[in-house]
Amino acid sequence: MKQPYLLPDISQPGKIGCSLPALDVPPAALPPEELLRTELELPEVSEMELVRYFTALSRLNYGVDTGFYPLGSCTMKYNPKWHEDIAKFPGFTSIHPYQATETAQGALRLMFDLQALLTEITGMGVTSLAPMAGAQGELASLLMVKAYHHSRSNMMRRKILVPDTAHGTNPATASMCGFEINTVPSDSEGNLDMKRLESMMNEQVAALSLTIPSTLGLFDPQIITIGQLVHDKGGLLYGDGANLNSLLGKVKFGDLGFDCVQLNLHKTFSTPHGGGGPGSGPICAKPYLADFMPTPLVVNKAGKYSFTSPPKSIGRLGAAYGNFGVMVKAYAYIRSLGAAGLKEVSEGAVTSANYLKEKLKADYHLPYNRTCMHEVVFSGKRQKAKGAAILDIAKRLLDYGFHPPTIYFPLVVEEALMIEPTETESKKTLDAFIETMKEIAREVTEDLEALHTAPHNTSVRRLDEVTAARQPDLRWEVKSQRPG
Amino acid sequence: MNPKEYKYTREHEWISLESPNRGTAGITDYAQSQLGDIVFLELPTPGTRVEQFQKMGEIEAVKAVTDIFTPASGVILETNQDAANEPKIVNEDPYGAGWLVKLELSYPSELDAMMDSQAYDEMVNVGG
Repeated sequence: MKQPYLLPDISQPGKIGCSLPALDVPPAALPPEELLRTELELPEVSEMELVRYFTALSRLNYGVDTGFYPLGSCTMKYNPKWHEDIAKFPGFTSIHPYQATETAQGALRLMFDLQALLTEITGMGVTSLAPMAGAQGELASLLMVKAYHHSRSNMMRRKILVPDTAHGTNPATASMCGFEINTVPSDSEGNLDMKRLESMMNEQVAALSLTIPSTLGLFDPQIITIGQLVHDKGGLLYGDGANLNSLLGKVKFGDLGFDCVQLNLHKTFSTPHGGGGPGSGPICAKPYLADFMPTPLVVNKAGKYSFTSPPKSIGRLGAAYGNFGVMVKAYAYIRSLGAAGLKEVSEGAVTSANYLKEKLKADYHLPYNRTCMHEVVFSGKRQKAKGAAILDIAKRLLDYGFHPPTIYFPLVVEEALMIEPTETESKKTLDAFIETMKEIAREVTEDLEALHTAPHNTSVRRLDEVTAARQPDLRWEVKSQRPG
Repeated sequence: MNPKEYKYTREHEWISLESPNRGTAGITDYAQSQLGDIVFLELPTPGTRVEQFQKMGEIEAVKAVTDIFTPASGVILETNQDAANEPKIVNEDPYGAGWLVKLELSYPSELDAMMDSQAYDEMVNVGG
């Protein structure tokens, strides 16, 4: 692959991308010199050079549409293209957030129906589509937890319990909401340590924040008891729905004892994500939390759809009502698959992960040797002892044309490698990945250097992440960067 | 390799006493090796009152960000500005130049219940 270049690298003085007509009006005077900028030094290139530059850049892109992307905890499944066609219907693209709701009834009906579908899928009572990302859904959920306790004149619940396997956003969200965070350890099976939970759960705890299946890809069979324990002490059970892809049509959060969950439409319900967005993080709550839901909710009054604000709402999360385009695609996904299809999604996701687990457990240490859900977490500690860090293995995967899985997370697993294959990959792709992982395991013994110097075939070789973090150089400057 | 005269926590911090009620604390060699290259330290401001085993700061490595817990209750007297400016000192010399805080201990007897180097070695080797 060619080294990427920057436009200034090919700039030639005097080149221009367009031809201006002759001046036929009197020239205006330039602003005073002290107001004129001279440091920009815009590159001078032809139109074709400009097109080739951006086309070359676009071809460096890697995504689900170009190859396998088993990034654990991210659910990088294929996004069917006809969802895009539907999201581009003029009735959806040519409306404005603030136009009268009577004139956008179709869009509101879609939102209303999506609220109902998500309520059904999660087994909760009410759904708000307002949060614009998973983390914002978490924030909204914990703000609701706070509002719920305060409405019962209970100001003493200042703690949130968070398992040691949690996504980093969970403690971050609790902190944003002004809670104190207490970490609950996992036991040797990868489940929540019940003795520790029992000793930590008291009247100061506002909620337990739990992901199920956990970030270890494991379903905690104690979940019903966990919910009872939390509720017995007056706390709430908040669910991070990041791993819903393994439960669709199989288990409902509501039946497991959750009071409030946040979903990630962009993961589970197949809308393009990564690279910063757009996302959609609806929250689904039990009826007793309905009054605190974010504004707005879509309601249907005698066949007329409109927005409403719950009486004790935690407020708005943005100017309008969330990322509508993502909702359209998620709605299309759910409707096209139907209830039976959604079940098959989870069956496929869980089967794929277990297939990888069984095929690779002889080559990589499996810290929790039990049936996993939609993702499997290995430990590279055997390879680490031979001199190859999991980072080297991830970089080496790039040479074989795969996007590496998540590494060094969850934190409770040494040299963690977290693989989420998703249901949309064929057995052929999974087999190719398995073969590559086995080959890399052989290289650890036979050709360690190939791992230490990887990647070799990418446009950019291994980056110096340490220097980048210790001495960040965030501002590109013309003089210092231009070669020669 | 873990200094024999230091005391250790389950969260991989150490403390050593300079006088009966003054100590220096940092993270262990095991902790720095697990974290890998440390790139940023967030340490408490001198004068802060801290409680044993509670969070007193954060440590950011290339792989992850983790909390630093204080091994003993007391008042922060001084933080290691050299380490804050150049965090790799913590990787290179976690028990010496890479110390993190000096503190005045409120209850020096808290240290009696903490692990000695032998107990800490065992914990790291078993639980690793």
